[in-house]
Amino acid sequence: MEVPILKQGAVLIATFQAALSDADLNHLRSALVQQVVRFRSRGVIVDVTAMDVMDSFASRTLREIAHMIRLRGAETVIVGIQPEVAFAMVQLGLTLEGVATALDLEEGLAYLNQKFKTMK
Amino acid sequence: MSRVEIRVTISSDQDIVVARQKGRSLALELGFSSGDATLIATAISELARNIVSYAGSGHIALQDLQGSTRVGITVTASDNGPGIPSVSQALRDGFSTSGSLGLGLPGVRRLMDEFEIDSKPGQGTKVVVKKWRP
Repeated sequence: MEVPILKQGAVLIATFQAALSDADLNHLRSALVQQVVRFRSRGVIVDVTAMDVMDSFASRTLREIAHMIRLRGAETVIVGIQPEVAFAMVQLGLTLEGVATALDLEEGLAYLNQKFKTMK
Repeated sequence: MSRVEIRVTISSDQDIVVARQKGRSLALELGFSSGDATLIATAISELARNIVSYAGSGHIALQDLQGSTRVGITVTASDNGPGIPSVSQALRDGFSTSGSLGLGLPGVRRLMDEFEIDSKPGQGTKVVVKKWRP
């Protein structure tokens, strides 16, 4: 299953679907990093609103995406983690340490715009 | 006595997705809240992933659980893989032998109400977890 990546100015927006397999997540990780390089993007928003399960693999992949993109000099923000998913993640012991999160797409964009100002 | 049994063969990452989707549907059918169904689906995802990473293939069985006054769900993950050399170590947070996250089993135990594991080196692993509807 392909994850659509939209380009909005200096920001890339990737919208996750509900039923992503490990292979899909791995594919998305490389696609995102490639596009960040290609478009010289400064920020990435990963929208996980539709994801109904965030297990250890998905959570590790998100962390890897954020860290790889940071090494490239851009910022990542994960948006839309559902309350039930957040509860399950905490029970499972998963943290997204060192990764920015925001309520939704709008808040994520606001976060990145703020970051871009301080980066200048 | 259980009335429903759904068996999912686990041999690839795509099967992990199938198993957790079936688990979520059964949990909702049994009257679990959507929040509890998420916990159950997450536990299934971790158990199925252990099968793929450690044993290569196995099964996930989903059953309803009929108590005298309440209902629940039973998830059984079984494989004929190498087994777990030290179960007590595998149940400790932060322990992993495959270079993964090492929080699979203790995390699954926290997500569910009851947890049983039977593993013998060379003979495979069976994990049975249950959750009761509140």
